[in-house]
Amino acid sequence: MIELPAELAITGPAAPPRANGEMVFDAPWESRLFGVTMALVEDERFAWSDFQQRLITAVGRWEAEHPDGEGYRYYERWAEALESLLDDLGIVAIETTDARARSLAARPAGHDHGGHGGHGSGPTAHDVA
Amino acid sequence: MTAVPRPHDHPDAALRAEALESLLLERGLIDPKVVDGLISRYENDVGPMNGARVIAKAWTDADYRSRLLDDGTAAIGELGYSGPQGEYIEVVENTGDVHNVVVCTLCSCYPWPVLGLPPSWYKDPAYRSRIVREPRRVLAEMGLELDDDVEIRVWDSSSEVRYLVLPERPEGTADLSEEELAALVTRDAMVGVGRVTPP
Repeated sequence: MIELPAELAITGPAAPPRANGEMVFDAPWESRLFGVTMALVEDERFAWSDFQQRLITAVGRWEAEHPDGEGYRYYERWAEALESLLDDLGIVAIETTDARARSLAARPAGHDHGGHGGHGSGPTAHDVA
Repeated sequence: MTAVPRPHDHPDAALRAEALESLLLERGLIDPKVVDGLISRYENDVGPMNGARVIAKAWTDADYRSRLLDDGTAAIGELGYSGPQGEYIEVVENTGDVHNVVVCTLCSCYPWPVLGLPPSWYKDPAYRSRIVREPRRVLAEMGLELDDDVEIRVWDSSSEVRYLVLPERPEGTADLSEEELAALVTRDAMVGVGRVTPP
């Protein structure tokens, strides 16, 4: 993992480079998905390079199907790569994710989706996992 | 530069991400606190300031500069920066005659340990294809006008090699400390879509 040197200035004169970084995630679910992926890598559930190869494939396939590049969402390709890898590794089947997403979608109106998966929400009544 | 405005959420993708996270959580494969910590670490703690410190050191220490150009990974490692997406970093130097710019045409390979996570535009198909075909024009659109006699070199990152641009030190900064210099170095300059301007 990345070592963060203690002397690194987070604020003060050396901080401005951070200010020219823009938001790297467009929606909360993107950062959750990123964090989940990195947690799995850190736990050595799979190698980063294996994930990356899937990502390259997913991006390439999308671009071949959408030559004008309109509507590209990087983290959707990331999700596709992660789902296919977890499916192949027998960790979570794609059908299981499909079913869970459907049951989450069926939550009563007014439920706070919030884009944060998992935070104590637990299994729902119509769970099929 | 500004990111292209995007819709702020995509319900299906958001639901699928939530579904996947809840399944992994139930199976005990992830810990939400660890996930939170990783997001925070990559979003807030690892950013272009790591790279800026590398550049400032190269500007003020000629020996370090040679080591950096000779073996980027090792010289960057001397400052304590290493990790995923930083396995092999090659540093390319801008001069009055040569301007370097970095892309990943395949996906979004990017030297995380020194620049943090890539900005939206770096991942965009338009940048990834156009910077290769018409770099001078794309750079001009991003606010970097280069003279016609400056050679532009476009470096395509891969899973094996990441690139970091060593920008030119701006004029009038002879009196600045390493720390003050680091504060001038922007992410865009280290990707090669901007230049470092004096304070």
